[in-house]
Amino acid sequence: MINAVGRDIPEEILAQTGKEIFQGTHHFDGHTYKKDGPMTKCVIHSGGNKLVDSIHDVLVKCDIADGMTLGFHHHFRDGDYIVNMVMEEVHNMGIKDITICASSLGKAHDKLGEYIDDGTITNIQSSGVRGKIGQAISEGRLKGLAIMRSHGGRVRAIESGEVRIDIAFIGAPTCDDYGNSRGIGGKSNCGVLSYAMVDADYADKVVAITDCLVPFPNFPAHISMTKVDYVVVVDEIGDPKKIATGAAKPTTDMRKLMMADHCTQFVINTPYFKNGFSYQTGVGGASIASTISLSKVMKERNIRMRFGVGGLTKAMCDLLINDQVDVLLDTQDFDLAAVESVKNLNHFRISAGEYADPFNKGAVVNKLDFVILAALEIDVDFNCNVVVGSDGVITGAQGGHPDTAAGAKCTIVISPLLQGRIPAICTAVTTVTTPGECVDAVITDYGIAINPRRQDLIECMKDVDLPFTTMEELRDIAYSIAGTPEKVQFGDRVVGIIEARDGTIMDIVHQIKKD
Amino acid sequence: MNDNKKRLRRTMMFLNAQKPGLIRDPYIYKADSLMFDLEDAVAERQKDAARFSIYHALKKIDYRGCERVVRINGLDTKYWKEDVRCVVAGGCDAIRIPKTERAEQVKVVEAAVLAAEQEFGIPEGRTLLMAAIESARGVIKALDICEASERLFGIALSGGDYTKDLQTAITGTGIELMGARQNMIIAARAAGVQCFDTVYTDLDDMEGFRKDVKTIHLMGFDGKSIINPRQIPIVHEIFTPGEKEVVFAEKVVREIEDKAAKGIGVFTVDGKMIDIAFYDGAKRIIALAKAAGTYKGEL
Amino acid sequence: MEIKKPAMSGTLESCDCQVTVEPGSGGVDLTLESVVINQYGNAIRQVTMSTLENLGIEDVRITIIDKGALDCTIKARIEGAAFRSVEQFDNIPWGGAVRE
Repeated sequence: MINAVGRDIPEEILAQTGKEIFQGTHHFDGHTYKKDGPMTKCVIHSGGNKLVDSIHDVLVKCDIADGMTLGFHHHFRDGDYIVNMVMEEVHNMGIKDITICASSLGKAHDKLGEYIDDGTITNIQSSGVRGKIGQAISEGRLKGLAIMRSHGGRVRAIESGEVRIDIAFIGAPTCDDYGNSRGIGGKSNCGVLSYAMVDADYADKVVAITDCLVPFPNFPAHISMTKVDYVVVVDEIGDPKKIATGAAKPTTDMRKLMMADHCTQFVINTPYFKNGFSYQTGVGGASIASTISLSKVMKERNIRMRFGVGGLTKAMCDLLINDQVDVLLDTQDFDLAAVESVKNLNHFRISAGEYADPFNKGAVVNKLDFVILAALEIDVDFNCNVVVGSDGVITGAQGGHPDTAAGAKCTIVISPLLQGRIPAICTAVTTVTTPGECVDAVITDYGIAINPRRQDLIECMKDVDLPFTTMEELRDIAYSIAGTPEKVQFGDRVVGIIEARDGTIMDIVHQIKKD
Repeated sequence: MNDNKKRLRRTMMFLNAQKPGLIRDPYIYKADSLMFDLEDAVAERQKDAARFSIYHALKKIDYRGCERVVRINGLDTKYWKEDVRCVVAGGCDAIRIPKTERAEQVKVVEAAVLAAEQEFGIPEGRTLLMAAIESARGVIKALDICEASERLFGIALSGGDYTKDLQTAITGTGIELMGARQNMIIAARAAGVQCFDTVYTDLDDMEGFRKDVKTIHLMGFDGKSIINPRQIPIVHEIFTPGEKEVVFAEKVVREIEDKAAKGIGVFTVDGKMIDIAFYDGAKRIIALAKAAGTYKGEL
Repeated sequence: MEIKKPAMSGTLESCDCQVTVEPGSGGVDLTLESVVINQYGNAIRQVTMSTLENLGIEDVRITIIDKGALDCTIKARIEGAAFRSVEQFDNIPWGGAVRE
């Protein structure tokens, strides 16, 4: 069945998953449903604590069994030890057929490749996967379907009961003996625990794992004791150097600086750039350069940002320090400066649900003016691919890309025309993760294309001296330089689905062909 | 005369001809000229390989209006003759001769270029020349060098080698380059050709770079050699007449033409004394602005 | 052109390719490894064949390790290796055997 972005979703997949095809970003606006609460084990007796000696023991207490779904957050990024620690124990206990429902998985989790091959793990639900896990899925070694969701989509799936998490493991930089967890105050701080909040609210069993036990009460709790069943203390929850890295420097690469500069010029010429505007950007060198050049214009024109949101970096936190923004809304901290900023008065932690869930009564992304994103590929219809490399292997993550693109009044995607020899601007993306209807402008080193759906933006850029062009022209230039790329050859088996924010199917991922 | 001889050359960006990633699309940085280096940037053992790279790059890649200059190896090497054959066949716009000290060197290269143009069916005279001056003797002989060939559009100072020849070093103050700069700009103007200043190697000191560029601009230089795209916007900003300058120049041109018709030779424009001597300069400013794409007037 | 001794040209840097030619055992034996094998593998093979044809090389064992080089670079590296193999460094047939 052909969906709203022109992708053909096989009937078998619709039947197997019980899902619908993607029918447009706002298709479910106004839809009503009942949320599905967790099993809750009361703790009435006074005294005592929730400490359990080891991960093995806590798995036993939680009645770990074949076929369970385990939840994890990715606030520890490439420095995470939690997933591997837990899965190693699960594996050693001979448990099979596990579904991992993580907010994301990355390079730190290559070890899971082994557990996929021996059947310990048969299903993976994640914002994205990289490295060996991505390869394992793309090569068809995962028995079940991989489901890739956005940050907002994961919350929707859990709260609606589509996904039932049996045991959630929450890595906590600090925790007391009753389960009050915080993202700061320990030795491996990640700042916030936004992605874990829905797990704490909806998983049947919630286990906090910490390497820094603190006296009760560990307040203000980022995750409350009222939702935590057990607490396990381990030596290390992660590698602090990789959890919160040193601040990325703004790029000195002229190509990226030029694109960042064009981005700022574009932003300031839209009607949304006025006092009280809101803004989100990413973590790359170009994003940081963009934020810095925007802050200069803000200073010149005396324009204040009302709020900045998202995964935060030093560049965004500096806006708060320099009093150029009123508040920061934090879903994740990428560097030490961001973790430090968490204790600032106007730096607020928000849950993934408050941030981006399309199925609650209204999330922050709906109030966002600007979001600056990147992408692996963008096609002439402005569809983005952020998950599947152009070699067909799953290698990226949806993250908040579809959420912010859908919510923001002005969605800008920055990408160089060519990544190596691969055209980033192409006729049709390998896999659609963010639909073109949400993307308003694409900025490359060869020019800027505005989505024809946004005649209003085209109108206000009429007299602006920027290199405007069309996606078709950009694609043609890319192909004339690099040659027209052949399509990746895929096998027949569907190994993964790209789930849209609303739970429908945006696209599917096939197994790669091995010669 | 070759129409390109007097083209706008505010920036000339050095590129290593042996690095495919760099020569692929340097035009996005919008330098006026691109200088592909077969000389110092390329190791001895790669001189041959670099030629194939530059030949195909010149033939295949559309550099979108940037001038394509190639620096061949010195005349004291066994490489320069084949370099000339290669790049002329490839259709480069100009050849940069390193270590030029005598007019005769320019003439030798000119002969080789002509032979190559004939051999490969390139329109005669299409390939321009420029001479890099890197020694005390070269500075002294600058005027001879400038007048050595119709094809020669300009001379450039290579400060590093020159200061070594003087037995001093680049200090950042510019004092060690003073003599060379002044002699060369004087020689170039006397001969009616362009003059380019040496590279600025400290990429972390953009303030120092800006001061350096302002200095050579005031001295009359036509442009600067660039080693990193980040330097380009600064040079273009300083070397492109600003709006005020252009507006004033327009007034000067109009007033001179108007007053000449009325038989008036000296008058004031915006409080400044103007006579016919200002005409060429004003026209040059407007031409510069036009070439830089910033001219909005009607002259 | 007869390839009588092994020679190499190019690097493994991004956007470049490394080409090695060795005497063949009858015909063109191409081994290609590329970071863009899916999208441009066939294009690279085509360019290789036509470049070898232009050079008049019919018998060669050629190995290409490609890191995303464009056609013009692939040609340059093949020619670089070939002319090194026959030790010719002057009077290269620009526009003739070496052509766009």
